[in-house]
Amino acid sequence: MTQQAPPRIGVDSWVAEADERREGGRIRQMFERVPPSARFGAFLFAAALVPLLSSNEYVIRVGVDTLIFSLLALGLNVVVGFSGLLDLGYIAFYGFGAYMYALIASDKFGIHWPAEAALPVILLAAAVVGLLLGLPSRRLLGDYLAIVTLFFGLAFVTFVTNGNRLTLLGHSRAVDLTSGPNGISDLDPLDFFGQKVVSIQAYFYVSLVTLAIVVIGLHFTVESRTGRAWKALREDPLAAETMSIPVNRLKLLAFAFGASIAGATGAITAAVDGAVFPDSYDTPLLITVYAMVILGGAGSLSGVILGALTINISLEVLRDANQARWLFYSVILISLIAKVRPWKKLAVILGGLVVFGFAFHALIAAVWPAGTRGQAAGGDVIGRSVQDWVIRPEHNATLIGNYAFVALIACVLVLTLLHGWWRALFLIPTLYLAAFVWENRLDFEPSTTRLIILGALLIVLMNARPQGLLGTSRVEIG
Amino acid sequence: MSAARSGGPHLFPAMWTWDFFVQELVNGLTLGSVYALIAIGYSMVYGILKLLNFAHGEVYMIGAFVGYGVLVVCGGAASPMFPIYLLLPFMFIAAMIGAGVLGVVIERFAYRPLRNAPRIAPLITALGVSFFLQNSALLLFTADFRSYNTFDLDGGALFVKGIHYGALNISLIRIIVIVTTVALMVALTAFVSYTRVGKAMRATAYDREAAAMMGIDVDRVIVIAFFIGSALAGAAGVMVGLVFQRVYHFMGFGAGLKGFTAAVVGGIGSIPGAMLGGMFIGLAEAFATGYLSSTFYDLIVFGILIVVLIVRPTGLLGKADIKKV
Repeated sequence: MTQQAPPRIGVDSWVAEADERREGGRIRQMFERVPPSARFGAFLFAAALVPLLSSNEYVIRVGVDTLIFSLLALGLNVVVGFSGLLDLGYIAFYGFGAYMYALIASDKFGIHWPAEAALPVILLAAAVVGLLLGLPSRRLLGDYLAIVTLFFGLAFVTFVTNGNRLTLLGHSRAVDLTSGPNGISDLDPLDFFGQKVVSIQAYFYVSLVTLAIVVIGLHFTVESRTGRAWKALREDPLAAETMSIPVNRLKLLAFAFGASIAGATGAITAAVDGAVFPDSYDTPLLITVYAMVILGGAGSLSGVILGALTINISLEVLRDANQARWLFYSVILISLIAKVRPWKKLAVILGGLVVFGFAFHALIAAVWPAGTRGQAAGGDVIGRSVQDWVIRPEHNATLIGNYAFVALIACVLVLTLLHGWWRALFLIPTLYLAAFVWENRLDFEPSTTRLIILGALLIVLMNARPQGLLGTSRVEIG
Repeated sequence: MSAARSGGPHLFPAMWTWDFFVQELVNGLTLGSVYALIAIGYSMVYGILKLLNFAHGEVYMIGAFVGYGVLVVCGGAASPMFPIYLLLPFMFIAAMIGAGVLGVVIERFAYRPLRNAPRIAPLITALGVSFFLQNSALLLFTADFRSYNTFDLDGGALFVKGIHYGALNISLIRIIVIVTTVALMVALTAFVSYTRVGKAMRATAYDREAAAMMGIDVDRVIVIAFFIGSALAGAAGVMVGLVFQRVYHFMGFGAGLKGFTAAVVGGIGSIPGAMLGGMFIGLAEAFATGYLSSTFYDLIVFGILIVVLIVRPTGLLGKADIKKV
């Protein structure tokens, strides 16, 4: 029996053992050993190089989008990640900022505010709207907040879509506020003290500087008294309240904080795009930003930025059938290699998958030749090389693909019930079915596929790894 | 539509007549039936699990599509294989079973693993399920509107027949909807009040842990609650298809929100409250559409939700939740 060290006085054993409970592999721990300032500095430096290294406008545009998504995700992170409030009207604040910029910096009403005046005003206005929306939910459970904000998001889109003919009862003249479904275009570019921001490269740097300001501000806020109180609120509102933390005020503050970040981001986006449309501020965007926050790890600043990077770039890649196919097969391969142990099992799955595919393809080719003569979407190297492996019906591919999609969902659900070797064996036909659905259906409908993947990602992440990539998992005591 | 709008202040010259009022009343009761059926599902699940099932609206949408599928398989509205009094119950039952099974599957695979997770986790999962189902429906059924074409059923009998008495015009289909809803509600109330399972359900809603200690199989109760709630939403989906014809992948979102508002207005967790709240929201929406604004009725329902939350957060029939520490 080894001699047990006597507990040191004044040190809680639970705290002292914190390092042993720390999770994550070697890479993760190395990442965490780097100080946050160095981490973020390296990120900013790498990001700042992007417009210098590439003259391709599309690449820089994607970069701007990624930065904007990072900003959005950071704002949502304050509300969801730090204070644990489910804000489903978040995108409405984003839209509010964009529309407000459109109203005060375009020919719509002939008002042309410079950016140094418009941005602070929008920031404040969004925070006030956030406060007002938070008020009715302040006494209530988080769930009510969720539904009120979700409804607010819907109401915002309805209002903006129909805002071109606002009539009050008894008034015959309709007022046009938002130009309705056509949106408002020809917005002014951002104009800082007479310095107009025109090129996409310049917008990249504007977004990057904004991101830097927001991250630094959030870093210090999170470490401050308020930030710690938010975390306490998230972990246990009741305990927080007994510790005399002003729960309601902090909830509203977090809400307003998130809303103002979203509002300012909206204004920048509106200026980048030069136009605003009601459709841009609908649920798909909300789910995208949620997926970013959850994937990266709610409550972690670097995690959220990582989530925004991963998801936005993956969604961009999914636009093209050939690139999407690369992504699909490599994600399957990488997750198999990362997750399946022992190696023997991995070898059986991969080998089985190849054999199963060729055998099934040969069988179908013999029984029903038309079943293998279909054309792939795109059709580069992998597209051609899987030609003899996955079956592609020549006719009715859509219909068969639809049935296969439903069957695939059923197979995946069954898969969660199986364990051990049964799961490994069942994985083979499931993966083959997934490849079939991908080749025959999903690769042809990139826009719908993106949304389906986002929804599935949220479900899978919450069930398998709720703390995301870089978040810290909750430690339940007792 | 736009021509009528440019007509200035006299959009509805017959707005302040009894005919119009009765028309909107019947409209409101129909809508209210649908919202009440959706609200019951929200309320039951919330009462037992304290979970906001955002995917409930999508279950309703799938129910509407199942009803549509049955109609198409049976030969379509113009030439159905069965007489109408067999076809309609068949559609209802198929949609209710389909939606119910979907609800149970969602519970089993998406929510049950998270039963003891922090509260925000199942909420985000519910959001994901909702989005997943919506876009899967978009993939499977495309973005086109499908129509039940109930005008063709039996030469339009569903719309021509009915009660016509002076100003009172209620088509047969609306009578069917309202009567079916009332029947379902009576059956549900009886089930919850008088059967053993109903009793177990009430006990679980009251205190899940204590119920489990008394030997109640809580998982089974939750599955039954999901099945019943989802089946009612499926029935609501068929009703909407029959009355308003159009079904599409996005129909569940708005209906789900209004169903939830109805549940809150009535007092979430209370089944009679959900019925009352549904009727209230349906009538409010119908009258708001008729008398105030045909585009902003969503905002009016939203306003009602906010007012209820401020004035009476427990809803009309809800009990104040005393928090024990």
